[in-house]
Amino acid sequence: MIQIESITKRYADGTVAVDDLSLEIPDSSITVLVGPSGCGKTTTLRMINRMVEPSSGRILLDGQDIHQQPVNALRRSMGYVIQNAGLFPHRTILANIATVPRMLGWDKVRARKRASELMERVGLDSSLAKRYPYQLSGGQQQRVGVARALAADPPVLLMDEPFSAVDPIVRKVLQGELLRIQEELGKTIVFVTHDIDEAIRLGDTIAVLRTGGKLAQFAAPDDLLSHPADAFVEDFLGAGRGVRRLSFFTSAGLELTTAPIVAADATDAQVAERAAADAPYLLVTDTDGKPLGWAEPKSLTGGASSVPAAELISYGRPFESGRDSLRDALDCAVLSPTGWAVAVDDTGRVVGVASQLTIGDAIRRAHAEKGAEASDRASAAAAGLKVAP
Amino acid sequence: MSSGGNGYFDLPSDLQHSYAGLIEVHLTESLIPVGIGLAVSLPLAALCVRFRWLYPPLLWVSTILYAIPSIAFFVFLIDYTGASQTTVIIPLTVYTFVILLPAIVDGVRSVPPETLAASEAMGFNSFQRFYLVQLPNAVPAIFAGLRVATVSSISLVSIGSIIGNQGGLGNLLGDALAYHRYNLAVTSVVSIAVLGIALDVLLIGLRTLLTPWMPRGRGAARKAAIAAAVEPTDSAAPGGPGSGAKPAELEGAGR
Amino acid sequence: MNLFHYISDFLTDSSHWHGYDGIPHRLDQHLGYSFEALAIAAAIALPIGLVSGHTGRGGNALAVVATAGRALPSYGLLVLMFFWIGRIGLLPVMIPLVALAVPPILVTSYEAMRTVDPAPVDAARGMGMGPAAVLFQVELPVALPLILSGMRSAAIQVVSTAAIAATVSLGGLGRYIVDGYYQRNYETVAGGGALIALLALAMVGVFWILERVVVSPGVRRSN
Repeated sequence: MIQIESITKRYADGTVAVDDLSLEIPDSSITVLVGPSGCGKTTTLRMINRMVEPSSGRILLDGQDIHQQPVNALRRSMGYVIQNAGLFPHRTILANIATVPRMLGWDKVRARKRASELMERVGLDSSLAKRYPYQLSGGQQQRVGVARALAADPPVLLMDEPFSAVDPIVRKVLQGELLRIQEELGKTIVFVTHDIDEAIRLGDTIAVLRTGGKLAQFAAPDDLLSHPADAFVEDFLGAGRGVRRLSFFTSAGLELTTAPIVAADATDAQVAERAAADAPYLLVTDTDGKPLGWAEPKSLTGGASSVPAAELISYGRPFESGRDSLRDALDCAVLSPTGWAVAVDDTGRVVGVASQLTIGDAIRRAHAEKGAEASDRASAAAAGLKVAP
Repeated sequence: MSSGGNGYFDLPSDLQHSYAGLIEVHLTESLIPVGIGLAVSLPLAALCVRFRWLYPPLLWVSTILYAIPSIAFFVFLIDYTGASQTTVIIPLTVYTFVILLPAIVDGVRSVPPETLAASEAMGFNSFQRFYLVQLPNAVPAIFAGLRVATVSSISLVSIGSIIGNQGGLGNLLGDALAYHRYNLAVTSVVSIAVLGIALDVLLIGLRTLLTPWMPRGRGAARKAAIAAAVEPTDSAAPGGPGSGAKPAELEGAGR
Repeated sequence: MNLFHYISDFLTDSSHWHGYDGIPHRLDQHLGYSFEALAIAAAIALPIGLVSGHTGRGGNALAVVATAGRALPSYGLLVLMFFWIGRIGLLPVMIPLVALAVPPILVTSYEAMRTVDPAPVDAARGMGMGPAAVLFQVELPVALPLILSGMRSAAIQVVSTAAIAATVSLGGLGRYIVDGYYQRNYETVAGGGALIALLALAMVGVFWILERVVVSPGVRRSN
């Protein structure tokens, strides 16, 4: 655990970058520091590995004041990832990744072997090992940056806007990869960003800082969205808070119906039976149970195969039941021409469908449940305890 | 033989010029090459930017020309242009061109692509784009080249004295040796250095006038530095690794 | 007679290839002057340029020194030194040549260090590299191409300017130009000039090879 105890950073010219900030950063989770330009988030991060020394206050790592520890040893025990990766342009990818192990005195063979493993772990082809940074795309360089930070298997990872300089599509991929790696490694990650969406996507806990280096709110993303502490946080979160919060509601409890589903080989009689359920549309699946498209019951009078698959009404993008959130389910229903969302399992087979109405009910129910927990959670977060999303 | 006294400004009569006259000759012989060199390198640089293949061979030719020692250049030209001002002006023009061409080309090429795209979108043709967008943006780089070319030109004119009194203030050096008057050498060296520095300062002032959009003075730089120190990663990306090294071939001086 | 005739006549005359005034001896002298001047200039300018570029301090003072160095006429300085210190070894010719070589080395080594991308340096510090390691393992290797280009520029100028040594009765390839001029022997002038130009161009080659050897492919300027 990293305990930040009322640290202040005041520069010689009087600028206050961080003002009496206290945070408890829990182990094995991602804590995001987010805020506008000049809120001191980067300064705070850099105080954790002593790139910046606080003017007052102290930081404890597992109970030990980091100021008492030799600075370079401290830094070697923390992975450090920055914007634009900051790769050494004169060293190959493999040598870049092997930097910290080599500093720690590993022999060359072991360091290189470790570096190769990490290339695989972060999704880099081994053919890139002998390349130089300028030969890689921005996204690939950033992956190398993460691999380099992980090389000596440090318990703590400090990430300073690591994905800000790559384009939005690559950024999304990299965020997904980070979550995947975190699932495997369970590091204590402190992540700085100015992008609130990134913070909500990645953070187990989020510290929102305001200009002048003051803490505005420290909470789990769901609590942040549902109970912003003040107008500043609410404004910073931006529009669509309610819908975005749905990302944290699982679709597992959503009531699905299989009534309006017919297989492509269904006979006229079977279609008629399904249509009797009073559904305006029927979902046609192939014999494997995968969705083909929607059709009005009356157009299927010659059996489910009477309408060619190409002429069926598109079913949009299905959501994976239980894994995707209520936000994904609602998105499917809103985007579907029929107003119904299709739920599939992890193999893509249809497990049921849900109307916008049903999803609306689920959302109301979820809100009611969450509301009951919210106050407990908020006090738990304030006490600095580990908060599961 | 020498006439008059032995002071720093008592010039022997064989120089055929007063001190002010020598300065005038010196400025003529050094600034005409800078003027011609600039006039030649501007359109050639434009061509090099337009047709990229043209640049490397031109760069090679200019490197070879630059490698020729000025004294050999002068002596050799005597055969064609006599011991005249032209003999001094031609090599110095060549050297100016060699310094200015890469300065202008690099300066023009360093204009951000989005600025170029914007000017294209506004309907500039390639001629307008070069003279209205690329060239003004390259002014700081061009002036850096111009400063080096001017100072080195002023310092090189003095070698013209070796080929028969065509060295402006440098002619004092020949007389210093001939009459064993070291104070003339001091006058020569100090005058030439002061002239060079004065013109350098003049060019810095001119550049400041021509580029009102550039941040000025230490205040602006310090402010930027402090802003960067407070929140270093919120500022614009400084470009990927390796992009930091910018060719700076502007360090040619005297020879 | 054209220029190339003069040069080829000079170079193919076997009497020019031996003796005290022969090409090998003059070449040796010329290289000696140039190398010594370059080494002294590098010893002075490299540490100052690198340190001020590294710390980002003293840039203005450096620019003034460089401008002053450029403004000093080499030939004038040579004559002045000849008066002041006479012919004490090579000193009178070393001072102007060093003054000539210092500005390009000083300015480029300063620029080279100052323009090193701050991101890798920050990353290196953040990973726990000490100041010396950051300097020698990150900053210098990245700055090296630019540092070498300053050295190359100085080398070309020194080799070509060392010709003036002959005007104060020192040796080197400049002897051919000065003697040829007084004897109205253009063959000798052209030959000497060509040899010096070739030597200066050879410097370009030497530095090209040096760059291949000591600069990482990741930061070579040809990329």
